[in-house]
Amino acid sequence: MASVATAPASSAGRPHKATSPLVRTLRTYLGVAVIVIWGLVPAYWMVVTAFREVDFTFDTAFYPTHVTLDNFTTAFSTKLGNHFGRALLNSLLIGVVTTVVGLLLGIFAAYALSRLDFKGKFVLVGFILGASMFPGVALVTPLFQLFTDLGWIGQYQALIIPDISFVLPLTVYTLTAFFREMPWELEESARIDGATPAQAFRLIILPLAAPGLFTTAILAFIAAWNEFLLASQLSDSKTAPVTVAIANFAGSQPHQEPYTAVMAAGTIVTIPLIIMVLLFQRRIVSGLTAGGVKG
Amino acid sequence: MPLKRMALAGALAVSLTALAACGGGDSSSSSSSGDAAANLDSRGPITYVQGKDNSNVVRPLIDKWNKAHPDEKVTFKEQSDEANVQHDDLVQHFQAKDAGYDVVDVDVVWTAEFAAKGWLQPLTGNLALDTSALLPATVQTATYNKTLFAAPQATDGGMLYYRKDLVKTPPKTWDEMMSDCSIAKSNGIDCYAGQLAKYEGLTVNTAEAINSAGGTIVGDDGVTPTVDSPEAATGLGNLAEAYANGNIPEQAITYTEEEGRISFEDGKLLFLRNWPYVYSLASTDKSSKVKNTFGMAPLPGMDGPGASSLGGHNAAISVYSDHKATALDFLKYLESEETQKFFITQGSLAPVLSALYEDAALSKQFPYLPILKTSLQNAVPRPVSPFYPAVTTAVSDNAYAAIKGDVSVEDALKSMSDAITAASQGQ
Amino acid sequence: MTVTSGEAVADKAREEASGTTPPDAGGRRLDPGQARRAWWLVTPTVVGLSVVIIYPVVKAMVMSFQKDEQLDPTTGVFITGGPAGFSNYTHWLAQQCGTVSCPTGNLAASFWSTVYITFMFTVITVVIEVTLGMWFAMIMNKNFRGRALLRASVLIPWAIPTAVTAKLWYFIFAYDGIANKLFHTQILWTGDKWPARFAIIIADVWKTTPFMALLILAGLQLISADVYEAAKVDGASAWQRFIHITLPLVRPALMVAVLFRTLDVLRMYDLPAILTGGGGGDGNDTTTLSILVVEQIRAGFNSAAALSTITFLIIFLVAFIFVKFLGANVVETQESQRKGK
Repeated sequence: MASVATAPASSAGRPHKATSPLVRTLRTYLGVAVIVIWGLVPAYWMVVTAFREVDFTFDTAFYPTHVTLDNFTTAFSTKLGNHFGRALLNSLLIGVVTTVVGLLLGIFAAYALSRLDFKGKFVLVGFILGASMFPGVALVTPLFQLFTDLGWIGQYQALIIPDISFVLPLTVYTLTAFFREMPWELEESARIDGATPAQAFRLIILPLAAPGLFTTAILAFIAAWNEFLLASQLSDSKTAPVTVAIANFAGSQPHQEPYTAVMAAGTIVTIPLIIMVLLFQRRIVSGLTAGGVKG
Repeated sequence: MPLKRMALAGALAVSLTALAACGGGDSSSSSSSGDAAANLDSRGPITYVQGKDNSNVVRPLIDKWNKAHPDEKVTFKEQSDEANVQHDDLVQHFQAKDAGYDVVDVDVVWTAEFAAKGWLQPLTGNLALDTSALLPATVQTATYNKTLFAAPQATDGGMLYYRKDLVKTPPKTWDEMMSDCSIAKSNGIDCYAGQLAKYEGLTVNTAEAINSAGGTIVGDDGVTPTVDSPEAATGLGNLAEAYANGNIPEQAITYTEEEGRISFEDGKLLFLRNWPYVYSLASTDKSSKVKNTFGMAPLPGMDGPGASSLGGHNAAISVYSDHKATALDFLKYLESEETQKFFITQGSLAPVLSALYEDAALSKQFPYLPILKTSLQNAVPRPVSPFYPAVTTAVSDNAYAAIKGDVSVEDALKSMSDAITAASQGQ
Repeated sequence: MTVTSGEAVADKAREEASGTTPPDAGGRRLDPGQARRAWWLVTPTVVGLSVVIIYPVVKAMVMSFQKDEQLDPTTGVFITGGPAGFSNYTHWLAQQCGTVSCPTGNLAASFWSTVYITFMFTVITVVIEVTLGMWFAMIMNKNFRGRALLRASVLIPWAIPTAVTAKLWYFIFAYDGIANKLFHTQILWTGDKWPARFAIIIADVWKTTPFMALLILAGLQLISADVYEAAKVDGASAWQRFIHITLPLVRPALMVAVLFRTLDVLRMYDLPAILTGGGGGDGNDTTTLSILVVEQIRAGFNSAAALSTITFLIIFLVAFIFVKFLGANVVETQESQRKGK
């Protein structure tokens, strides 16, 4: 039993018909190469530009030329009014709180939607999805007025609460989709063994749903990390997240576009996310096998 | 049937919350203005709001002010570097009647709009400001409905950058410049570029073409279109013709200020219309290939210097400010000779005081100042219209199509005129 | 019950493939306790959405029935426009400016072409993203050395904030930029109609395929190897396995991904705003509905609110059709689904 359950999910491509293992491996690595190039080449250009002297912003040599760290210094220069370090912390705080709360509320709602039958479910589903249908650009003005009345402008809750609401439809829908695929019979059996519904859910279903949970968490975090439109109006210099801080970069002259500093900032903000993905990536794929052992 | 229910769900959600919203406060469309007669003499700490302080000139200025005025300290609120974001931020705060935005830096083209909305304190009576020492065109940008609403603090005008190693004397007229294009051709470089991508820069360039040919876009009231005229047709026609015959290279339709500057610094362009900021970059950039071989001249016109559009910024007092007397002192401080000198020497911001253009020491440091002065003397503000956002769309949309040759110049001007009329009817 | 999760899923796959309905495992029906529990669970979500999204939406909708401020010609000051009825709506839908049709250069004149452009972007990007995302996910799902690195590199495009992505591509697609240099072309990426559109499509696909791939990957993770083994024993080809096993089993995750991507692209703003400013071609050939909304907000909020409401209705219609024809309804419980639609 355990051997079945721990078998790697990748056996999907086990030898079949004429394809030899070597050809399959080659094919896989070819695919990997394509994906890596696809993901990294434009990002490479960002990094190369980030390390280029501002005078050579438009240099088109493929390799790094006129290398300098000035752009990174500029990005962090509080003397120039770039509070990038603080912005990174702000983004981290906003992202983490948004993810945790969004995921928690999402789990509650998704459990109700996927496991419980109740009247008004479809009204609710339409309502939740409907929240993702209005152009976000038109929400800024009414929200600004609302938050002004509440005295929230420039406070963290003015950034976190909207972000949570923006990620909620996605987390609810994603988690519902995953919960629906769970073998709920296991939960039933746990309850027959005397577990409360909450225990059964926490001990049996959540571990099984781990890939879905981590995927959703990453989706939610990046959504919050990327949010700009509202933050640009609802934050002040103390609470501004990185997206706003980057938009505030300026060249040394009016009309001059600070591309190199923006690219440096883009490089910096990508690093924490890569670390996060590297840390969590095992979780994204290990859910089913781990759960199988328990079953 | 889930589908019907889903439709019902949507309808229900909307109507349910519609009920909730009915009690949810008034619509913000009322144009209630702050009291323009209140707080005129009151003093105290204020906040100054401005876009990104590129060259770090505002912070030291405010530090200096704060040392001299410990009871009327100024706090600097720095906005984004993007003009649109600055505009939208100001609108949000004015709509919310924010007393925390005392003195605001407004782009010249927003002044009329904000004044007509009742957000800017008229500079009359107790708050009157002496403008006699300023360049007249800059005062015009701060004036709406014959009332001064802001203090000009930095200006900007278009100039012609040219390659003095290839062209002996810079062209004085558009036609001269076009005939000089043969020089570009024989050197294998492009002839002329400005800012023709579809953004505010296109409105600037179109307005210059039309104004230089003797046309106008709107009348003195800022509302009535005057653009459907033979003069305007000549002006816009110049750009369209040059684009069609290649004197303006094809890629110039994607150019904002920076792409044109890069092409010019790369030695690929004979003539460039741009702002004064190009001077210091083109002469110091390590990548610049034209460091010692470029010159500057006023924009070419019909039979003499052309009419530049005015850029730059005005400082205005919010009607919602609690300390308007302090705010006025701060405006005067921004316009003082000392500050204006600091702006140009530290931040390359063109001064609004005419006298500084005669200052020999400054002209030595910034050789373009006399040329810029000619440019500014002939400058025409972009339409001073309370409907500026709609007017600029009307201008740039139609000019873009005409320059690309998608529609005739006449049709474009007709649509431009109609669209400005529609704008003034609040459409 | 000693069934492993893998077998459970495999069973389910076989059921779905053969169309038989198993005995109802839970045997659940509406009971008041359950309903009360359910509402407790969803209340925080409902409250959150109501405050931050529904309230502003409804406020905007109310304002869309007010005229924008009008200029008083004698004082030169804006005054309240008063009730508008449906005139803000007919302004856009019928492209009417007062009594005449809107001239070029008025935002409403490009309304229908903007609708078309928005849909064109949506269809093209979502189709490409699904195809690529599926392929990426299937490769990421394989077991090989260095797949941690693969997963990280796939996510990079998506981890870079849109504001930076847009600037990056603007930079890449500049006339003297790296794209033209690399391919020895002289394309006006931000100036000509289709190049400008493709610039946006390329940038969007680059940025959001990881989102697709990640969601599909999570779906793939739920498929046990046993299912494939069983199918292989039955002699199914790779393609048959993909069509009959992979697709049906990842469908819920896939549909959520497609649905949300569709809603997002229909509201796309940053990328075209920064890359082309909505320009290219005739000057409006990359203008999306959200760009139009933003431009209109600067000219008058109430009319923009009407346009936003129209956009909302269009998107609602799309979502509705989506649920109806593609079965994207992911919220039914297993039981109610098995009872048949």
